[in-house]
Amino acid sequence: MELGLEVAEGPAPYTVLAVKGEVDVYTAPRLREKLVELVSQGKHQIIVDLEGVDFLDSTGLGVLVGGLKRLRSNDGDLSLVCTQSRILKVFEITGLTKVFSIYDSVDGATAG
Amino acid sequence: MDQFELQIPPRPEYIAIVRLVVSSLALARRAVAEERIDDLKLAVSEACTNAIEAHASIQSRAPVIIRVTEAQERLEVEIADRGPGFLPDALPSHPPVTDPARLNFERGLGIPLIKTLVDAAEFLPSDTGTTVRITLYGGPSDGGDETSEILRAVLADEG
Repeated sequence: MELGLEVAEGPAPYTVLAVKGEVDVYTAPRLREKLVELVSQGKHQIIVDLEGVDFLDSTGLGVLVGGLKRLRSNDGDLSLVCTQSRILKVFEITGLTKVFSIYDSVDGATAG
Repeated sequence: MDQFELQIPPRPEYIAIVRLVVSSLALARRAVAEERIDDLKLAVSEACTNAIEAHASIQSRAPVIIRVTEAQERLEVEIADRGPGFLPDALPSHPPVTDPARLNFERGLGIPLIKTLVDAAEFLPSDTGTTVRITLYGGPSDGGDETSEILRAVLADEG
């Protein structure tokens, strides 16, 4: 049940954080730490790629909302890559599709 | 009607096990779409998270109990904690999603998710804690999908 967190530099100014596995109350703190770390390194345009995520609960949503808030207060942004209906559904039910920019690929996110 | 219980230590790392058990059981034995199983899995997981946080709030090491009931027409999962209790209807509501203040709320999405995802969700407070009862309607998987067609043919041959 490990959470995979891989950071890659996208086209400037973007940084891509690819998340793999299950994001729940057990693993979400690691995602939060990684986002905080990236922001403190001056990465203010972060794309969180959720394509490798099998499960995402409200704790995970909370961490992403927290990350978005942190970035916006630094004049940055956090966008998401997600095409899986089971994950998108969680954003839809909670109304968070209106809060996040969600793209179907990393290329789409860097172009958007 | 069959029933079994899981007892887990009130620690976050055990929730993944509950998800695995409940979703595997539903997938193998219930005639419901896979999407509904994802919904059940998420609702049960949210209820377990709340239960574990309730125990943590009073430093309780008592186990959280997950009781699964398989009935003819429904699958029921009860998550029972021994926490201090809460009133689901008294939870504060979030600002609208279009309000920038919405970003100040990282918590409180679990209960709305539970209520939306499953056929029925009841919050049953008692003197000893809270039980969340989650119900998914739909009969046992005794037909309809290809696997059970094949299984039935095999069983008929043996008979």
